[in-house]
Amino acid sequence: MSILIDESTKLTVQGITGRDGFFHTMAMQEYGTNITAGITPGKGGRKVHGVPVFDSVKDAISEVEINTSIIYVPALFAADAIYESIDAGVKLIVCITEGIPVLDMLKICSYIKGSDIRLLGGNCPGLISPGKCKVGIMPAVIHKKGNIGIISRSGTLTYEVAQSITEAGLGQSTVIGIGGDSISGTGYIDLLEMFEKDEQTDAIAIIGEIGGTQEEQAAEYIKEKVSKPVFGFIAGKTAPRGKRMGHAGAIIDGGKGTAADKIKVWNNNGIKVLDRPDIFGQEIKKYLFYSQNV
Amino acid sequence: MKIHEYQAKDIISRYGISSPVSYLATTPEQAEKGAEKIGGKVAVKAQVHVGGRGKAGGIKFANAPLEAFTAAKQILGMEIKGIKVSKLMIVEAVNIQKEYYIGLTVDRNTQKIVFMVSREGGIDIEEVALTAPEKIQKVYIDPVLGIKSFQLRRLASALFDEKELRKKVIHILSNMYNLFVSEDCSLAEINPLVLSSNNNIIALDSKINFDDNALERHKYTAEMIDLKEEDADEVEAKEHGLSFIKLDGDIGCIVNGAGLAMATMDIIKLFGGNPANFLDVGGSSNPGKIVKAFELILRNRKIKSILINIFGGITRCDDIAKGLMQAYKSIDINVPVVIRLTGNNEKAALNILKENNFTVFSRLEDAVKVVLKKKVKQVNVL
Repeated sequence: MSILIDESTKLTVQGITGRDGFFHTMAMQEYGTNITAGITPGKGGRKVHGVPVFDSVKDAISEVEINTSIIYVPALFAADAIYESIDAGVKLIVCITEGIPVLDMLKICSYIKGSDIRLLGGNCPGLISPGKCKVGIMPAVIHKKGNIGIISRSGTLTYEVAQSITEAGLGQSTVIGIGGDSISGTGYIDLLEMFEKDEQTDAIAIIGEIGGTQEEQAAEYIKEKVSKPVFGFIAGKTAPRGKRMGHAGAIIDGGKGTAADKIKVWNNNGIKVLDRPDIFGQEIKKYLFYSQNV
Repeated sequence: MKIHEYQAKDIISRYGISSPVSYLATTPEQAEKGAEKIGGKVAVKAQVHVGGRGKAGGIKFANAPLEAFTAAKQILGMEIKGIKVSKLMIVEAVNIQKEYYIGLTVDRNTQKIVFMVSREGGIDIEEVALTAPEKIQKVYIDPVLGIKSFQLRRLASALFDEKELRKKVIHILSNMYNLFVSEDCSLAEINPLVLSSNNNIIALDSKINFDDNALERHKYTAEMIDLKEEDADEVEAKEHGLSFIKLDGDIGCIVNGAGLAMATMDIIKLFGGNPANFLDVGGSSNPGKIVKAFELILRNRKIKSILINIFGGITRCDDIAKGLMQAYKSIDINVPVVIRLTGNNEKAALNILKENNFTVFSRLEDAVKVVLKKKVKQVNVL
């Protein structure tokens, strides 16, 4: 298993002729992802790395199979690209684009609430099920097929955790970046539920950061509903108050959302909190070894 | 993005919300003239982005134009939380019966717009929120549906008991909601909203912050930014696509990705050091960004060493290496630089750096340890 993406994923790249879309189409193909179409309005009929380009998602879906979309279009047009995929019937949408206006995201989240459409991001690195499929911008080499699921609000910090797991001789079932904005399509809880059900996943690594209360809500859910061991890290212990730390969502506002608060809540709810991201591999390995030999 | 009170006042009046007559002044003479035009009692208010200006002496009352002149002289040039006052607003003093609070923001948990109102407006609203949260009525609005009449009625009755006043305030509430969504605000509040002695509802002070991500579609708003209020280095960083925040320590950091940049600072601290800054070079970095990053960090005299931590994803390692070479050529780097670099295009980067006698670490822990033990011999400076 693995969650959300695997060998059956049929991907379309929205913004395939742009700088990032072009580069990552090649990288995802090299990894073995089945990219069936690319979308750029006005550039239908071309090919990019052998992938047929269409003017719209609707045009593409009438000719090829698509069940997942990845979005690389500029911020002010990203919301429109998301709606276009929804309209065409795509069920999994991964939005890499950074800097989407908050009110645009609020409307999208409200629009898809309660439906079977899953949106990841914006401002996220995407996801990878090692050995099967990559829908994102992460470097593939640091991943290996295995039994640890990773969920994170950050991009490069996730790479650090994934690499430490691979270096320890373990691997990942699926690695997911949910994005660093204050409003995003998917939070921790839905993914925790999926990992809990996933047979390939034996342990979960969850990476949080300052700002908001997503980590606190996840802790409550983990305590009540997750039986698999969960390891965590919170970034931003040294972050000053009132300053936005790169991510739109990473800000300690009015004294709320500090790393210390979140670490405390996680510790109190059975999450094994580590103080560094580069030791996940060794700590999870130790834990799994002991728990299997008791 | 934050704006000044006088700018917020302009915006709310465009949305049909009334506020007292006022004039902007940058000299005591202008303040005097403003007070003369208004006639009667006025307030002289410092225009700064930081809160707490009243408690810091940034608001004074004047009964006559000459008093306004004196008050302006005292406030202009005053420092409030490190920001020098250069602008004043001279505003008609209102006879107040009672102060109220109304405010809108985005609620991250419910992913809705939240409208908050209270009968306990004024400078202590934050205290009220903490100690008596039941005195603040909240309504959550689905941005697709917009605000509904029943929600406006609920807010109005939370504010006033009298039918006439409820009617009046519904207009203000509805206009405030329109302002919030039309201008892509992240915060819009009137505090205090006052009931004057002649039963008018007036916005005495308002505060509006904007969503930075949406500024591109609001050119008029984008022009209101006051760069004097922002840290000059942080503004310069932003112009070059870097995210930079100064801290108190002595170890400079250059990292790609906000989460990793925070984690790098945390690890430095964990190992007993002190980071001097948060710096995220961002994705798709070009070599020029690295040069700018060095410039910004080295302006800080306290810097003893610099740690570069790159995990290449959308950022390619060879771009970073090229930037580093350019930086050494164009600026005087006189502190040890420790490099941790791994990920996409790592090999190309290592070739460039090894040719130039740099030692590169692939593990973060090793790099942080070297930076802290100051084993400078391991790091070859060009």
